[in-house]
Amino acid sequence: MRPFEYGSALDVADACSKGTGQASFIAGGTTLIDLMKLEVMNPSRLVDLNNLPMRGIAMDDKELRIGTLEKMSAVAADPIVATNYPVISEALLQSASPQIRNMASIGGNLLQRTRCGYFRDTSTPCNKREPGAGCSAIHGENRMHAILGTSESCVATHPSDLAVALVALDASIRLQGAQGYRWLKLEDFYLLPGQTPDKENQLQSGEIITEIYVPRLPVARKSTYVKVRDRASYEFALTSAAVGLDLDSATIRDARVAVGGVGTRPWNLPEVRQALIGKQLGEELFRSAAKLSVEGARPLRDNGFKIQLVQSTIVRALMNLGGLA
Amino acid sequence: MRLGRKILFTHFLVTHRAVPRLTRRAVLPLGRGVSLLLLLLMEHKSDSSTEPSSNSFLDSSGVSSRRDFIGRLAAISAGLTVAVPLVRSPAGDAIRRDRVDPGDKPDGNNSLDCALDVNGKKVKLTIDTRTTLLDALRDRLGLMGTKKGCDHGACGACTVHVNGARVLSCLTLAVMAQNKKITTIEGLAVNNELHPVQASFIACDGFQCGYCTPGQIMSAVACIEEGHTGSDTEIREFMSGNLCRCGAYPNIVDAIKVAAAKMKGGVS
Repeated sequence: MRPFEYGSALDVADACSKGTGQASFIAGGTTLIDLMKLEVMNPSRLVDLNNLPMRGIAMDDKELRIGTLEKMSAVAADPIVATNYPVISEALLQSASPQIRNMASIGGNLLQRTRCGYFRDTSTPCNKREPGAGCSAIHGENRMHAILGTSESCVATHPSDLAVALVALDASIRLQGAQGYRWLKLEDFYLLPGQTPDKENQLQSGEIITEIYVPRLPVARKSTYVKVRDRASYEFALTSAAVGLDLDSATIRDARVAVGGVGTRPWNLPEVRQALIGKQLGEELFRSAAKLSVEGARPLRDNGFKIQLVQSTIVRALMNLGGLA
Repeated sequence: MRLGRKILFTHFLVTHRAVPRLTRRAVLPLGRGVSLLLLLLMEHKSDSSTEPSSNSFLDSSGVSSRRDFIGRLAAISAGLTVAVPLVRSPAGDAIRRDRVDPGDKPDGNNSLDCALDVNGKKVKLTIDTRTTLLDALRDRLGLMGTKKGCDHGACGACTVHVNGARVLSCLTLAVMAQNKKITTIEGLAVNNELHPVQASFIACDGFQCGYCTPGQIMSAVACIEEGHTGSDTEIREFMSGNLCRCGAYPNIVDAIKVAAAKMKGGVS
């Protein structure tokens, strides 16, 4: 780890002014400290956000609002979230370990870096870590990598389960910077790698995600998260699916589907949603709708299995929700 | 014969299997007479330590650690064995792997005064900002019960409680643990009486080499307090952050069930 200065932000404005240049914000630190030890991230100054007031979980008739300093474990266990947004609670409980969930803030969760082994290994080229260096994964060990949204520069997946659930539910985030604040749809916040995989999102220098907004939707109440992994727990997704259904007996009034483990960003699937709306529940329907999820997929040497696996993951989630499993 | 019985109680108990193994390996070739000599030497050292370092939890209680014991053992056995270079234990090397290099002195901006509350005891340290809570506990406070496994948040060996919640001390900066109540494995026992989880790990044989055990126990205490012991599956899920390379998992699950029953029954 390289030397750095440490300081605590007094308020949001103070944080925004201190958090520019070579500084990094720190909340839970579970991604940052790990990557600083690997010297993948080398901030010269850490600005501790933990004294800021970005906390609280509250719901009104329009939306759920979560302060981004809330811990993953607190959000997962919150009765409002567990009852009205089970997909959020389930996605969090299937993330990381109890210890990490006690440490990691949900704002940081949305900003965690990819688990691509080459990104984490400073002895190998990586465009995300060092723009222009080249991508080691495209022709390397790429079993865990993305099949959707990839480019010649980067095939790394976005690792957050929470982000997949939030994108499925049309969540927005509030960003605060020195110039003021703005709202963004979380889905639009994340960028495709293109030729600039080092730029993963629209966050600007000194900007902080202060709050997450999730609209109240019937599909949110009946929602679930299915995650397929190499081991039963404490592992990143091979594939995952966040799914919500709004049913009128056996007819699908509305649906939401997003997938993880396969995309370079949390991958929303509006075309799968459209294929489900207005139809009768059934495995055949689920299978034909899930096929649409992999249109345009570009498998690599080791991850072709994800094309089938992600479809099966979507079908499993829909079957569970529809009471057909 | 003070020391033999006073090796820090909890520390010894959570790792007692590792101790005889390491000791046997080192002591047996020397013969019984030398072993006795060693114990006497240790006691002499223990009794004569009159100026404990203010930051050492172990020294200040007049108790020597297993690490000191093994260190002295290595020195003496090297002295007795011709032409064998004095080497640090493999465990010692592993521990120093990622530590802030003392030669890499920070300038004024990178060193801070840090007040920690560990096991109910308040301490002040001047530390490099890079110091993790794990390294502060082990290298600065002499609390060796908390183990360094992967040092990257993947194994759970370094689990401690901060304000009652289980966290990974390897991914926590010491400066960020200020003004919080930190509890380590050394702080679990009350008046030399083992915590029910410590007792049940011994009763159920919940370990083999013992290296992951302090982390397992700290995690298990939290797991029980959080109420995640409804079934074997639930225990396994909520203990998934603690890896055991020996594969003692079935016995760990048993130990947690036994302890949970005791704790719910109000026996502690």
